[in-house]
Amino acid sequence: MENAFGQPQNVVVLGGSSDIARAITKKLCAARTHTVVLAGRNQELLDVAAAEAQEYGATKTDTVIFDAEDPSNAKRTVEQAFEKVGDQVDLVIVAIGLLADQFAIEDDTKAVTSMVMTNFAWPVIALAEIRRRLVAQGSGRILVISSVAAVRVRRSMYLYSGAKAGLDRLCDGLADSLQGTGVSLQLLRPGVVRSRMTQGQVQKVPFTTGVNEVAENVMRGIASGDRVIWSPPALRYVFAVLRHLPAPLWRKVMDGKSTR
Amino acid sequence: MTRATLYGWGRTTPSVATLASPESELAVVEQFATGSALIARGLGRSYGDAAQLSGGLVLSNLALDELGSIDEHGVLTVGAGVSIDQVLHASIPQGWFIPVTPGTRQVTIGGAIAADVHGKNHHRDGSFCQHVLEIRLVTPSGAFRVSPTSDAGLFWASAGGMGLTGVITSATIQMARIETDKVLVDTERFADLDGVMAAMKERDHLYQYSVAWVDCMTRGAHMGRAILTRANHATASDLERVTLKAPKPAKLVVPFDAPSGLLNPLSVRAFNELWFRSAPKLQQNEAQELPTFFHPLDGVRDWNRLYGKRGFVQYQFCVPEDAHETIVEAISRLSSSGVASFLAVLKRFGPANPGPLSFPMPGWTLALDLPVGARALPQVLDDLDSLVLEAKGRVYFAKDARLAPEKVRLMYPRLEEFLDVKYRVDPHHQMSSDLARRLQLVGT
Repeated sequence: MENAFGQPQNVVVLGGSSDIARAITKKLCAARTHTVVLAGRNQELLDVAAAEAQEYGATKTDTVIFDAEDPSNAKRTVEQAFEKVGDQVDLVIVAIGLLADQFAIEDDTKAVTSMVMTNFAWPVIALAEIRRRLVAQGSGRILVISSVAAVRVRRSMYLYSGAKAGLDRLCDGLADSLQGTGVSLQLLRPGVVRSRMTQGQVQKVPFTTGVNEVAENVMRGIASGDRVIWSPPALRYVFAVLRHLPAPLWRKVMDGKSTR
Repeated sequence: MTRATLYGWGRTTPSVATLASPESELAVVEQFATGSALIARGLGRSYGDAAQLSGGLVLSNLALDELGSIDEHGVLTVGAGVSIDQVLHASIPQGWFIPVTPGTRQVTIGGAIAADVHGKNHHRDGSFCQHVLEIRLVTPSGAFRVSPTSDAGLFWASAGGMGLTGVITSATIQMARIETDKVLVDTERFADLDGVMAAMKERDHLYQYSVAWVDCMTRGAHMGRAILTRANHATASDLERVTLKAPKPAKLVVPFDAPSGLLNPLSVRAFNELWFRSAPKLQQNEAQELPTFFHPLDGVRDWNRLYGKRGFVQYQFCVPEDAHETIVEAISRLSSSGVASFLAVLKRFGPANPGPLSFPMPGWTLALDLPVGARALPQVLDDLDSLVLEAKGRVYFAKDARLAPEKVRLMYPRLEEFLDVKYRVDPHHQMSSDLARRLQLVGT
């Protein structure tokens, strides 16, 4: 069960070996989390993340392998993760994301399919199953890792950014649908984060943070129950302005230097 | 039967369950037959998640509302859903008072037994269950009449058992004689904690009721300044005009949630200052109405909404007599942590009763309300848990919403004894609650 400070005991992490997910899991385990089930595509990386969770206080960890490019396994993955927890699940973190060099892949149908499947289709189908299970159990919390890129889709990464935007908007409605069910959904919108995913993909921009800072903002956001958690928090205001910029200006500000 | 979102008085961890309101013991038995995990719920005044069960079945006891008549010896049998308020309405005009009352009248008798509540007279009269002559308890293996002499094991496991042995459907209570509806109160103001604790130690035995309000936000020389109020029931000869009037319902209501953050270190400090300064330095034999003395917060309905959407936690612990220093250290840590805490309640406890999960132990108890939101709060309280544990003390389940499960077995060393009795009547672990799951009190 979650306690009065929003500290969960049983946690499922989909995309559990991602750097952001690992940083969050560590902080959760340092508080009250004792059971963690990590799902991801690479057993070795998951084992590392699981060992890390134990080091930070988890007493029971397990892993589930899945391929996020194939949405047909999303439901089964959620089922397996919940079964491995073997108790009520207090928090499900959806940390699935695939970033690629837009200019290299935008004409490649196969690569485009991967982007949409991983960043949108898989998480949405997983969320349907997560929702069903948590509503039946009468309590629980879902944290979906979106991105500030979802706030306004930009030319230089419209596939990633657009798929995340779809997920982000969908979660808005999904969160509303959870009113009165005992279940809540929170969106995390981090700015650029120094991690394996962004390595070599994203240029250094203002408000870039490390994963620990993101995890810290998540801890605060979970405790306060904010619908959208921004990291760093100042991005809320930055994007309140950016999203309303006239298109030519938006292109220049965001992608001026990266147009090829 | 409806799906309902349920939470405790601190409004921190809502969960959704199926809510039923059985009107008879037979109807309770039928609910057990569904096989669903279940827990009883009264007026929802436990602060945390004791009376909720996410995804399970919650049985409101409020329809078990039969109020019997008080016989000439003061023996009263009531349905478990009858509140102390309802009991007092009937009993005070007849010259009987509830033997033990917590700080609110808005608790059911079933809840009072399940939490083995205590009042300002614990040092003299013990806790609620010591005045219970028998209960009717529906368990997964049948309905039983249990008392301190008939299946004492089950009776005492249910006393403070947080509803985990079964659903209490009715109880027979020994009421206490009163001649008037007044208490004679002595009030003293103390500039520091040592002063008030010494005064309590020396002279509490002269009073049936005693409680101190301690300021946990003032640092330095006046750390732990306090107002001590102690009282005895007024006899007919103490007063010019003798009355026996029932308490009046609350006149004030908090109509909506205050913004979270209304109760912050600044506003709470100002409140504490006002409260402290408005108390007389020394006042003796002041005749007070029973509700004014026992249930001051009942004057404002839904006062928990003042804490806003995020809610609050109450932290209450007790430590043995010789752990006087733990109280001092706890208040010192709280006052220097910058966490907003309203006046804390300090009391002395008398001897414990046989209940394996009953909270009180001879010594000291401190209770404080803390708004959720301060970043440091979770850690401050975890550290206090360790401090309490070192002193061989414990935290009160009825208030808890955040204790770490691994500390429970250390604080309640008789937990296994409790579980032996529970599993005898509940072999399939049907009785559970969000609190029981969170604290891993019972197997899942």
